Amino acid sequence: MKDNPLESQTSYQKYVDEKTPNSPILKNCFNAFLVGGLICAIGQIIFEFCKTKGIDEANCYTIVSISLIFASSFLTALNCFNKIGKFAGAGSFVPITGFANSIVSPAIEYKSEGYIMGVGSKMFTVARSSACISEFHQVL
Amino acid sequence: MCGGIICIIGQILIDKTKLTSAKILVLFVTLGVILGGFGIYQKLIDFAGCGATVPLTGFGSLLSKGVISEVQESGLIGAFTGGIKAAAGGIAAAIFFGYIASLVSKPKIKKQ
Amino acid sequence: MKKVGKQSYIVENPVAIVNTATIVGPKEKEGPLNKYFDKCIEDEFWGEKTWEKAESKFVKETSNLVITKSGISANQIDFCFAGDLINQCISSSFGLRDLSIPFFGVFGACSTFVESNILASISIDGDFAENVLCCSSSHFCSAEKQFRFPLELGNQRPPSSQWTVTGAGATILSKNGNGPFITTLTPGKIVDMGIKDANNMGAAMATAALDTLVMHFNDTGRTPNYYDAIFTGDLGYVGKDILNELAKSKGFNIASNYNDCGVLIFDKDKQDTHSGGSGCGCCASVFAGYIYQKLLDKEYKKILLIATGALTNSLTTQQGESIPGIAHAISIEV
Repeated sequence: MKDNPLESQTSYQKYVDEKTPNSPILKNCFNAFLVGGLICAIGQIIFEFCKTKGIDEANCYTIVSISLIFASSFLTALNCFNKIGKFAGAGSFVPITGFANSIVSPAIEYKSEGYIMGVGSKMFTVARSSACISEFHQVL
Repeated sequence: MCGGIICIIGQILIDKTKLTSAKILVLFVTLGVILGGFGIYQKLIDFAGCGATVPLTGFGSLLSKGVISEVQESGLIGAFTGGIKAAAGGIAAAIFFGYIASLVSKPKIKKQ
Repeated sequence: MKKVGKQSYIVENPVAIVNTATIVGPKEKEGPLNKYFDKCIEDEFWGEKTWEKAESKFVKETSNLVITKSGISANQIDFCFAGDLINQCISSSFGLRDLSIPFFGVFGACSTFVESNILASISIDGDFAENVLCCSSSHFCSAEKQFRFPLELGNQRPPSSQWTVTGAGATILSKNGNGPFITTLTPGKIVDMGIKDANNMGAAMATAALDTLVMHFNDTGRTPNYYDAIFTGDLGYVGKDILNELAKSKGFNIASNYNDCGVLIFDKDKQDTHSGGSGCGCCASVFAGYIYQKLLDKEYKKILLIATGALTNSLTTQQGESIPGIAHAISIEV
């Protein structure tokens, strides 16, 4: 060892960073690309389908969102979404599916504290900040 | 394709920074709001379709789009009502399905 | 009790570990140590409605089991020291409320198990008690819920993160008994090297373990080969590696006889637990199951057990505070 890592907090942090294994970023990115692309492709298919039914474009996008939110909620309720998430990382998290998952998962988790104080108040533990902050930005 | 690339950006953020997933969620929505506000995101949607609307940035741009059109219609008050109105479908669906899921499902341990 | 050096104590009257018991969950059962555990539960809920109730049941059943195994009845037990990770230590207090034994709730994060045993040894050696029960527990699901994210959230765990052990371990210490005996105590100081990453507890606690280890050797004049084996509580792979290297740089080469309970309890490759196990139940179940059996078999005659704890909660991490670590050590000899 060249210098003493215990000398200061910064040197220890540097030492720890060297010692800590990194996430397999290439593999993760590949999986994220694959799954993320697939989710968007499914969305596009739903979109095209709605369009053939003569629904106007803005509503088609809403239908796509709601269908994907439903699928994601359904998989979360079946305790499957976390397995997909582990594989895909941002691939399932960045699309709207991740937003639904971040609302549905605390809803299930805090069921034991009741439907009002548990589910009702904890539902947005993960997602609420995003809603609030983006709201704030727009008002600006 | 476009959706996949947005996801890669998210993955790099997760792995290379110490941001939690909740913060990344916020970041993407905010980014969407800003890009949407300047009208840049609409161009991406025209190009990529669902590849741009399905990721959370699309959700953000939807919020800003709602605000802009509502402001044009009903004045300043639209800044407060427009965003949620446009995104109402998505948010209500998530809450509704969340409650349904909590009724039928029980938390379960991750296997790995 | 005799104080040696700066912070170590030699136990003068023998404190015997009369018996131990441990009950663990299904993931631990799949691990390499499963044959050493008294009981493995297939369902993390253990028939209860909430994770918190399930964890208290682990505490309750493990304590009852150790009482039955030891042959010492509950009314002969003078004190009980117990702790866990859940807010205000409710798993322990709810689990032990029916036992009617004077109770001390202990919090030392994942170092709770050894902390309880140190306090119990002090009370026995000081003639305040004859028999003392120590218990500590953790539960993967209740810990995730309190410290991290909901279980159903689809996020990825970084490679340095650790897996909270579901399980409880208990010991009964007594004035009378044939051993193994607790012989030396080295309570640890709080050490904070400024690590802020809650997904890298091993690195945050390794310096505390190092401090206690070096203190112990300096105070007692012993060297690492005095012991057949040295165990740390739950540093995991990352922390183990750091401790090994730092101890060597301080002149104590522990590489040959050192291992970590968090490394032992899971199979890293098959079980995908990343850096290994953690939680109060980790050190407790590995000691009460695996290490205690090795002591009884005389495979190990002298061991040093250093339990490590990260003294943090979910609020302080969000507020950007660093994670202070602590490590308590006891040596046990047959």
